[in-house]
Amino acid sequence: MSATDIQRRRTPRTPGGVPMQIVLGLLVLYFLIPFWWVIVNSSKSTAELFGGGPALWFGSDIDYVGNFVALFTYGGGIYGRWLLNSALYAVVGGVGATALAVLAGYGFAKYRFRGRTASFAILLGAVMVPATALVIPTFMLFAQAGLTNTIWAVIIPSLLNPFGVYLMAVYSRDAVPDELLDAARVDGAGEFRAFFQVALPLVRPAMVTVLLLSVVACWNNYFLPLAMLSDNRLFPVTVGIGLWQSTASTYGAAGGQSLWSIIVLGCLVSVIPLIVAFLTLQRYWRGGLAIGSLK
Amino acid sequence: MTTATARRVAAGADTQKPRGRGRTVSARQNAIGWLFVGPFGLIFLTLLVLPIGYALYLSLFQKSLIGGTRFVGLGNYAKAFTDPSFLSGVSFVISFSLVLIPLQMAVSLAIALMLDILVSRFARFSRLMIFLPYAIPTVIGALMWGFLYSENFGPLADIFGAFGKPAPDFLSSSLIFYGLLNVVTWQWAGYYMVILYAALQGIDPTLYEAARIDGASQWQIIFRIKIPLVAPALVLILVFALIGTLQFFNEPKILQPLAAGAIPNDFTPNMYAYQQAFSLANSNYGSAISFALAAVVFVCVYIFMFATRKRGNILS
Repeated sequence: MSATDIQRRRTPRTPGGVPMQIVLGLLVLYFLIPFWWVIVNSSKSTAELFGGGPALWFGSDIDYVGNFVALFTYGGGIYGRWLLNSALYAVVGGVGATALAVLAGYGFAKYRFRGRTASFAILLGAVMVPATALVIPTFMLFAQAGLTNTIWAVIIPSLLNPFGVYLMAVYSRDAVPDELLDAARVDGAGEFRAFFQVALPLVRPAMVTVLLLSVVACWNNYFLPLAMLSDNRLFPVTVGIGLWQSTASTYGAAGGQSLWSIIVLGCLVSVIPLIVAFLTLQRYWRGGLAIGSLK
Repeated sequence: MTTATARRVAAGADTQKPRGRGRTVSARQNAIGWLFVGPFGLIFLTLLVLPIGYALYLSLFQKSLIGGTRFVGLGNYAKAFTDPSFLSGVSFVISFSLVLIPLQMAVSLAIALMLDILVSRFARFSRLMIFLPYAIPTVIGALMWGFLYSENFGPLADIFGAFGKPAPDFLSSSLIFYGLLNVVTWQWAGYYMVILYAALQGIDPTLYEAARIDGASQWQIIFRIKIPLVAPALVLILVFALIGTLQFFNEPKILQPLAAGAIPNDFTPNMYAYQQAFSLANSNYGSAISFALAAVVFVCVYIFMFATRKRGNILS
């Protein structure tokens, strides 16, 4: 079937298609404006930022390179360190949380162990406990153990992902047929071999989704590292930029001002990794994000 | 080969099923089930149950310069629920949720419905672009909007100046509510839209054909078929949004230095708890606020989930 055939068949189905496209176009514009502002303004010097030129267009002097060098050399290259910290927290925390969620979700879905129903009900309750509510109590606890202001203070709490376990349980229950597992057992596979070789490939879409959600949650986390860390060399990029921003606002024109141009570029650079991840992993998360909502 | 496997599958199903599905739990099933769930269970106990218990314990004491730490029972809670700072924070997050959540749901549902009807390359591109803010840390999102609102960096002064009007200051105490409303809607509408869009795509299209044959209009299909069928997804979104909003912290915290004076330290309950615990070193009272807030959220959401639960979930 040619493209025009499809077009012809579709046209009567979408009355008002053109006005809708226009509305959609305006919405896209709204959602992209902050990105556009950051892209344009990270080319400007601080003087130009404050100079009163057009806010949504380039200034006379486009200096990405200069700002880039300033960003990565300011304070002894602390920004690069923040990026690496963010990556470390996101990868270790995200992968750890996903591994635990995959195992537990499969356990809940495929084994009728004692206490399963009660545990699952508690898990569902825990999904409703907001992560931020745990930050202050966890901080107190870690302070007792002498773990605050270490990388573990950020990584260990990130391993807790009750919603991930819930998603994996719901998905594993339907995606892994009991008959297939039984067949593997009859063929002499142990429980763990059946899990790794039969079940794991079948739950991969949900696993990638949980991984993506966990990594995003870790990368975007602010409250937890803000509370736990006091050494700025351990900061993730969110806390670091927050610190720069409050310094620059506090000192205003006096000395903080020179920070603004690197804050703007710092914002831009910090969002690139996740945007790239989402664009390249589209086919995984598109269906996966809805797993929990279809039940 | 295939038939052999199939036979084995069938045989396996016959012999194993009664044992696995029976009422009694075999010791083996029990042990292996716990082996899978155990690692997460350990994390769950140490990072959820233990901190909550510890917060509850801490909240029952009070530290003072004279006399050290003493047991005050529910004193901290009595104090919180008569503390104007805590109460104004609670009333702010409640009124904020009451405006934000319907707005977010309406926006994300409207976009999802449009994308469900339109099938074009532009629609696919739009879906991705509208989702993009979800990939941005809330801190950076708030900061980017802070720049756009600011008179120094933002375009508002130019745009309103062209019409000879003064620009609205979304960082002032009178408009900060709307400033934050816009930031949060921008950040999350795309994520909710993707969930709703996937739910819409999961609807059997023959339902629409049948409705159309019966003479239903596009609007009737939307209101009588599509929206009722994505109701579970809407409930999920409502719950997520409610949990997130009552715990509001990142966005106001980041905009605080930019919005001079408009966002006090007790703006939301979480900010107040943070201030108590970290700036004022009053961890007992901070714990009480955290715990009280989490308990309120938990109870509200649990009741809501229980009231709207569907049959056939994993527990039944």
